[in-house]
Amino acid sequence: MEPLLSINNLKTRFHTEDGIVKAVNGVSYSMKVGEVLGVVGESGCGKSVHALSIMRLIQIPPGEIESGEIWFDGRDLLKLDNNDMRHVRGRDIAMVFQDPMSSLNPVYTVGFQICEALMLHKKMNKNEARHRAVELLTLVGIPEAKRRLDNYPHQFSGGMRQRAMIAMALSCEPKLLIADEPTTALDVTIQAQIINLVVKLQEELGMAVMWITHDLGIVAEMAHTINVMYAGYIIERGNVRDIYKRTLHPYTFGLLGSLPVIDEAPGTKLISIPGLPPDLIDLPKGCPFYVRCTYRVDQCKFELPPLMESESSQHTVACWRWQEIDGKGTK
Amino acid sequence: MGRYILRRLISVIPTLIGVTLIIFLFQRLIPGDPAVAMLGEHATQENVERIREQFGLNRPAFLDREALADGDLTGFFDSQYIRYANRLLHFDLGNSIHRRIPVVETLSERFPATLELATLSLLISLLIGLPVGIASAARRNSALDGVTMVGSLIGVSMPIFWLGIMEIMLFSVFLNWLPSGGRLSTGIVITPITHLLLLDSLLTGNIPGFVDALKHIAMPAIALATIPTAIIARMTRSSMLDVLQEDYIRTATAKGLAERVVLFRHALKNAFLPVITIIGIQAGTLLAGAVLTETIFSWPGIGKWVYDSILGRDYPIVQGVTLLIAIIFLLVNLIVDISYAILDPRISYD
Repeated sequence: MEPLLSINNLKTRFHTEDGIVKAVNGVSYSMKVGEVLGVVGESGCGKSVHALSIMRLIQIPPGEIESGEIWFDGRDLLKLDNNDMRHVRGRDIAMVFQDPMSSLNPVYTVGFQICEALMLHKKMNKNEARHRAVELLTLVGIPEAKRRLDNYPHQFSGGMRQRAMIAMALSCEPKLLIADEPTTALDVTIQAQIINLVVKLQEELGMAVMWITHDLGIVAEMAHTINVMYAGYIIERGNVRDIYKRTLHPYTFGLLGSLPVIDEAPGTKLISIPGLPPDLIDLPKGCPFYVRCTYRVDQCKFELPPLMESESSQHTVACWRWQEIDGKGTK
Repeated sequence: MGRYILRRLISVIPTLIGVTLIIFLFQRLIPGDPAVAMLGEHATQENVERIREQFGLNRPAFLDREALADGDLTGFFDSQYIRYANRLLHFDLGNSIHRRIPVVETLSERFPATLELATLSLLISLLIGLPVGIASAARRNSALDGVTMVGSLIGVSMPIFWLGIMEIMLFSVFLNWLPSGGRLSTGIVITPITHLLLLDSLLTGNIPGFVDALKHIAMPAIALATIPTAIIARMTRSSMLDVLQEDYIRTATAKGLAERVVLFRHALKNAFLPVITIIGIQAGTLLAGAVLTETIFSWPGIGKWVYDSILGRDYPIVQGVTLLIAIIFLLVNLIVDISYAILDPRISYD
């Protein structure tokens, strides 16, 4: 089947006073219709920037999508003119952002902000849009949706705002929902509610979901496939089972080791990855993880490992020594 | 909302009383005897005393303690300030010391001229400043933005007296297109309704009158609008730039809205809040009379009048005009506060 989204060698950079920040460095992968993809990595690994590049929401300047192709539904999004791109945004691909407190416009009602997309893409009139907005708010679990429609964002709690953002994103039944760390700013109990909500809606509506997070635990529950990103590269990609049970990249191994496990003996230290990610302005010639890696050899310093197929074509890894690591990552 | 406005109006009263006290006190701090100023250096002591008696200048400032000691309660309250406050309540600002005519009379003659000039200048500066500010924020670092920034810097630092004189040199002296001063040519009559000549001439269908009034007001209005235009453009630009960085602007774009809608619907309403404060201050300043502009263009408004009155120590006029300016500022602030409450739902009326 034709993939829904297919990204080819995407490179995004930012021109700053200190130099060129290479945020995304040749990312390629594809997503199927209805697939849930988890994109995992530390802050600054390029996961949000690559998502914003898909939506073409990178501010240019200082940003620049240097090269690549983003095929969605048979069209290269990077070649669309602004007007065509507008029709993709919100209608075909919708996005939910990290901070619900600042993502809604404070001077318009929540209802108006949801109706806006409906009137734009679905050509609904005001009444139809309001009617649909009530349905959407009910769908995402906001009680008394009809009354809440005329509330302003400051009258909503953080969790409710994120629900409203999701309602807004779902309003035009997008084929792909990009959720950029949507639960990071929320309480843990609310986090679980939002995750369950998206999982439920994904199953009901059959849309593809890209869930961006730094928390491997979250995507373990919901994703089919996981991309692990580091310094603007995808360093490991595979289905959830492979990533967790047959970890191949030392960085993924480290990420998993830094997750607390409930039945571990008290006093067991969490494994942390020593050092910091490389400076994106001055990337090393070889493997970006070299300085922090416990498996490093000289080859890693000078040759950038490409994403290679491992035991299966579905599980790829960018490490020269994956065969030696294979199996050691099992928990 | 109505209650909010009412409460804001009531809160104006104590401020107004404070204003009258301050005006009164400052007057007394200015050195020089108004009676002497009125009669000239060589006046006899007898005449000075007579004038002081006539204008109550021989009374104590606030309360007469000696009269209280004598048991004279009326005398106790018979002070310069109480007399002044009492007259104010009857809309009596006193008489001009020099011209002997009521201040209110001259004020109602002159204030419309200032009001007309100020309103037109404010309109010009809004019509130019706002769009220019928005456009240069939307196209940051473009050629347009560069021109705007340099232009507004020149505008802000432009000496108005120089600009006014240059205008007169060019349009009155060399080109002979526009009159160099006054509000209306002799021989042109406009039936007064509001005393705003442009408005009155339109209301009465007096086209020659309108054209003549417009020719007179054009140069002073442009000179007076220069600084506010530049300030409003800069403020709008920087406020828009701040707002355009906000997450909700990205949300609006991600929704698929056109750039124009994002700018005017989602950004402008937020960016307008700090701009309103600036517009308010500019409006107050313009209405308070522009001494320089009015002097250069012989504009018969309150600016020139109050300047002359200060030099002549004509206390009642200075007090009256200062009070008027204070009231204008209070009203402008009230309007600014109410606009804030209308534009920003996070501000509650209670």
